[in-house]
Order: sequence, then C-alpha cells, then structure tokens
Amino acid sequence: MKALVEKVLTDYGLLTAFAAVGLTMLFSYWASAKLTRGRLHGSAIAILIGLLLAALAGGKKGLAELPMLSGLGLMGGAMLRDLAIVATAFGVRMEEFAKSGFIGALSLLLGLTLSFFVGGAIAVAFGYRDAVSITTIGAGAATYIVGPVTGTALGASSAVIALSIAAGLVKAMLVMVATPLLAKPIGLDNPRAAMVFGGLMGTNSGVMAGLAATDPKLVPYGAMTATFFTGLGCLLGPSVFFMIARLIF
Amino acid sequence: MPIYGTALLAACLLVGITVGKLIGALLGIDADIGGVGVAMILLILGSDWLQRRQLLPPPTESGIQFWGHIYVPIVVAMAASQNVRGALDGGVMAFLAGAVTVAVCFALVPVLARTGRKTEVSR
Repeated sequence: MKALVEKVLTDYGLLTAFAAVGLTMLFSYWASAKLTRGRLHGSAIAILIGLLLAALAGGKKGLAELPMLSGLGLMGGAMLRDLAIVATAFGVRMEEFAKSGFIGALSLLLGLTLSFFVGGAIAVAFGYRDAVSITTIGAGAATYIVGPVTGTALGASSAVIALSIAAGLVKAMLVMVATPLLAKPIGLDNPRAAMVFGGLMGTNSGVMAGLAATDPKLVPYGAMTATFFTGLGCLLGPSVFFMIARLIF
Repeated sequence: MPIYGTALLAACLLVGITVGKLIGALLGIDADIGGVGVAMILLILGSDWLQRRQLLPPPTESGIQFWGHIYVPIVVAMAASQNVRGALDGGVMAFLAGAVTVAVCFALVPVLARTGRKTEVSR
C-alpha cells in the first residue's frame, strides 16, 4: 500500500508538487491571518517555509531532491517560473516601464558595479590577492550564476568558484527574506522603486520571491530590470571588472 | 478559448528567450540577456494590439491570467528547490560577500528611486 502510494506520488510528481504547494499556501495564509494578524504576508510565510524545508532536506535541489517531491523542481524551474513572470506583465501599461527606463538602467549598472566591488573587497579582506579570485568572488556577489561563469572564464580554482556560488546563494536567500520586512522603510511600494530594486539586487530568484512576498503587483517591474542583470554580469565580469581588478592587483 | 491566451504567452516567452540568447551570442557569451523583459514587452504590445481589435475575449484572457495568478505558488516551489544548504555551508566570507552587498543595495533603493522622482517633479 505504502509503496503503491509512493509510486503514484512520484510518477505524478508535478501534481504532487501542486498539491503540496497548495497545502503550504493554505497553511501560510491561515498563519498570516491568525498568528501574525496579517502583519507578515501569507506568501512571505510560504516562501520562508519553502526555504526552511529546502535547508532541512539539504542537497543542491533542496526539497526537490526527494523523489516524491521532485515535481517541485519542474514547478519552480526556469520554464514555468518565467512563464508566470511574463504573465504578471499582462495588463501593465508600456508607459510605466518607459517612464522609469533610464533610472532602471542606471540602477542595473550600479547594482552590478557595487556587487563586484563589495564582493571583491571582502575577498581582499579575507586575504585573496590575485585578480582572478577577487573578480570571481565579486561576480558571485552579483548572482550565483555570474560567479561560476566568470570564474570558469578566468580559470579560477574550484574552491573559489564554490565560494562565489555560496555568496550568490546567500544574496538570493537574504533578498527573499529581507525584502518584505524592509519594503516599507525603503519605500518599495511603487513601480519605479520596484524597477530600481530589481536592477540593484539583480538576483532573479531573490527579487522575484522578495517582491511576491511584498506586493505581487510590483513583480513585473522588478523582473523587467533584474532580467538583464545576470546576462550583463556574465558579460562585464570576465572583461571590464577583471581588467579593473588586474589594474589594482 | 483559454489555450489561445496561453499560446500567446508561451510564444512571447519563446521569442523573448531566443532574442535574449541571440543578444548574448552577439556579445560572445552563452547567457540570456533580458529574455524575460523582451517577452514582457511583446506580451504587453501584443495583447494591447489584440484588445483594440477586440480579439481578446475574457476566455482568452483567462489563459494568460491563470499563469499570473499562480506566480506566487511557483515562487514557493522555487524557494523549496533552492540550494539553501550551499548558502549556509559557504562559510563566513561567502556569507559576508552576499550579505554586505545586499545591505548596500537595499540602502541605495530609496536614494535612486527618489532621484528619479525629483527630476519628474521639477519638470
């Protein structure tokens, strides 16, 4: 009996994921209303539960490592995630994006530059003195994709590449958790601020989960700028930022 | 029919990702630059064009809206399939590199958002 149920849940993994996430949402919205009196948004609680369970499960794919919950990987993977993000833009007026286009682009460049410099400075503080390692760790502070792409292009050691991925993951997790808490003090309640936020943070998963937990209406604006971040980072990391690091070290 | 809406949405994303990858390839990197952004612009322009010709009845719209409404659960699934252990295992330096960057960027959000505002008001 147990084996039979397990087989159904594993074979129909995507449906298991829908049901499991649905239950999590149900519990989270209940907890939000009853336990926090609406102070912590239901989606923020659901995302926290997701992260917590992923940490407990361990492994590269979090909870999706378990065969029965492998459908979470498909449900939360790039394909369906991007489809849903694009769908959130439905009904948004083009002028909204155009109005904040310049400041959005500026925040994108500033966000990338800051990530590289802050991440690089911390690498230096921890004793790294070669331009390749410093650039790679700085790239990791941009996103956990820019880190390994830059590190591989520059021939960084695998230990340094692993560190850059970890730095990017820390960033993504912190943005997910901190955004709903800090949204009010930083004035993240309008499309323009969301575009600036997406450009500065850049980490796709962090920005998207953070905004979803803050106000789903802001998601398309943050996604619009964040979608350029990783690509531009992969472009600038091994070229411009590496040259700057080599000039200094 | 809802599938028309979902088909439009899917087509926009496929074209967007292709354009994003092409931009990447032109710049010599194997990465998607702005694919989702291009897809969003295509969807906004495309649905607007169809709406003005009254080719976007509510059932078709529902095929797009469903995916927008299921966004948060999808993000929860994404959070649950993250390499959280990898973030925790990175040690102090990885944590600081990520955390300090996030702190600096959070602090800059109101500065940049307001800078944009001022020029708009003074206009």
